[in-house]
Amino acid sequence: MKRVNQTRKPKLAVWKFASCDGCQLSLLDCEDELLAVADAIEIANFPEASRAVVKGPYDLSLVEGSITTPHDSERIQKIRKVSKTLVTIGACATSGGIQALRNFGEVEEMASIVYAHPEYIQSLATSTPISDHVTVDFELRGCPINKNQLVEVISAFLHNRKPNTPGHSVCVECKKRGTVCVMVSRGIPCLGPVTQAGCGAICPAFNRGCYGCFGPMETPNTRALSDGWKKLGVTDRDLVHAYRGFNAYAEPFRKEGDALEK
Amino acid sequence: MKNKDKDSGSRTIRVDYLARVEGEGGVYIRIRDGQVKDVKLKIFEPPRYFEALLRGRKYLEAPDITARICGICPIAYQMGACHAMEDIFALRVEGTVRELRRLIYCGEWIESHALHVFMLHAPDFLGYESAIHMAKDHPDIVELGLRIKKLGNEIMTVVGGREIHPINVRVGGFYKAPSREALRALLPELEWARDAAEQTIRWVSELPFPEFEQAYEFVALRHPEEYPFNEGRLISSAGLDIPITSFFDYIEESHVKHSTSLHAHMKERGNYFVGPMARYSLNFDQLSPSVQEAARASGLGETCSNPFKSIIVRAVEILHAVEEAQRIIQCYEEPRESFMPYEVRAGTGHGCTEAPRGICYHRYTVDDHGIIEDASIVPPTSQNQSRIEEDLYHYVEQNIDLPDDKMQWQCEQAIRNYDPCISCSCHFLKLEMDRE
Repeated sequence: MKRVNQTRKPKLAVWKFASCDGCQLSLLDCEDELLAVADAIEIANFPEASRAVVKGPYDLSLVEGSITTPHDSERIQKIRKVSKTLVTIGACATSGGIQALRNFGEVEEMASIVYAHPEYIQSLATSTPISDHVTVDFELRGCPINKNQLVEVISAFLHNRKPNTPGHSVCVECKKRGTVCVMVSRGIPCLGPVTQAGCGAICPAFNRGCYGCFGPMETPNTRALSDGWKKLGVTDRDLVHAYRGFNAYAEPFRKEGDALEK
Repeated sequence: MKNKDKDSGSRTIRVDYLARVEGEGGVYIRIRDGQVKDVKLKIFEPPRYFEALLRGRKYLEAPDITARICGICPIAYQMGACHAMEDIFALRVEGTVRELRRLIYCGEWIESHALHVFMLHAPDFLGYESAIHMAKDHPDIVELGLRIKKLGNEIMTVVGGREIHPINVRVGGFYKAPSREALRALLPELEWARDAAEQTIRWVSELPFPEFEQAYEFVALRHPEEYPFNEGRLISSAGLDIPITSFFDYIEESHVKHSTSLHAHMKERGNYFVGPMARYSLNFDQLSPSVQEAARASGLGETCSNPFKSIIVRAVEILHAVEEAQRIIQCYEEPRESFMPYEVRAGTGHGCTEAPRGICYHRYTVDDHGIIEDASIVPPTSQNQSRIEEDLYHYVEQNIDLPDDKMQWQCEQAIRNYDPCISCSCHFLKLEMDRE
């Protein structure tokens, strides 16, 4: 993280690409912290919340969404130029999101399924993460992001330190909250062993397997997990779909899905 | 935002990126010789092809995948998908599980309406760029709004696991039923919220409203016993009364060049209006006596056709959702099964529920293994798009002499009346005025 000039309030900008708006909503969902954040930081460009636009450059840019159109692939370059620190928020910006499923199919066919006049639609063949286009200073995972982690990232930036967001698996969070392993004890297929922590291991606590919202953990052993799922009777097709979810285009998940498909 | 004076007799006003709406869009308005010639709501939200990428996926994935269409109203998508699948499998969800579905929807209405009333819409009436600017002069009201919003999120978190893209909703019901204690812990804040919602109704009813009554065809769900959430027939103020399975017999979608969101129209009749004002005007009698009383006391009639007053209707619906949540929690006993059993079979099914912004329709066809062969989703904002354009047409016509900057802001406000959710409709704003 680069140093912030302490003589004035740092300027925050929030940018949107192809996405559901949920991750930037997480900022407005910090009901207890929002007014304090607005005191410490100048919300200079955040169209979902304000019609006021303060000119850049911006000290911190939060980027939501993936790059899916020719126009957006140019826009992200301009945003990088006016941003001292650029942080991507959420699975779309970090791995391409659910819309990256198009990367595995024909985008023309998809457009013709949805639109009567696909020729009106300007869309790239792929949905790609921001880091495929510009240098990203920090990636915050999640579909959606966890708002406590968002507050942590903003505070870390304000204090010129590295954000404390663990890279270990969801399994660690299950152990911490005392959830008995759903895969071992109940035979429920779970992506927890290969998925990065951050959500608080919600799904297993609700009697369902993790479905990978936070994307791959550091050095995940996807092959071992796939074998475990197969022993539970999961078909290759269902395994492919499990990896091809909200972080389908993240490398470890992409590779495992592709290997299973062969 | 750009204001361009081409010459003394012509003006172009455009807003390139409309703020305080969810998603991306803009507006283009062309004026020639003091007459409105063209209004286009331009939606440039990048398409994400949900209906295409659902093909080949399992029916159980539909609620989780379609939730990602919109981070502001994921419950609407989850409920629509679940009901459509249950329609295929001939399952009727009843009893406590049905009540829990209403409860989580109460949470979404409270959160989404509070976000719109306090953070997106109210600042327009009082001349602030945002709620954060408004908070400097009206800290108490912004804090009240945030606290109501937070309660909506808490309901979703207790029932759904988290507020955005809840994980606990599934075909047949829920993965796990919340404990009685966890729900009852929400009661003290709900009791506070009842007063806070009444205070909100009084506060918004005193905002300055332009005279702008329009002739709308309101479309909403109608249920024999309840103010609608998940079930009912589709009715309209022009006499439509159909089962949701007939949706596409009466409503058609068209694809226009200036929008990545499809436009919906009533066949042979034209545009229509969905959302809180439609719901309220078609279902006033289904509100509890105390909610009706609070609405009347604010000066609202049994119907409302001034879209600027939709902010009052949203506040009334917050009160309704708070009361409904209290009722559900007070009667709640943990169900023995958190979801109802069903047998997967091939077929086509329909779901239509009342998202905070209006009806959200889903239709799926699955094979005998429950694999999705076809999906069609019609979100509320795509249904309102054409009606928003007509509102703008009349509003600009009625206020043609306003200076550009005021016209711009008021047009933005006229659009925000609809609480448009553009990420949804593409599966939407930017104002461009071209005057000569």
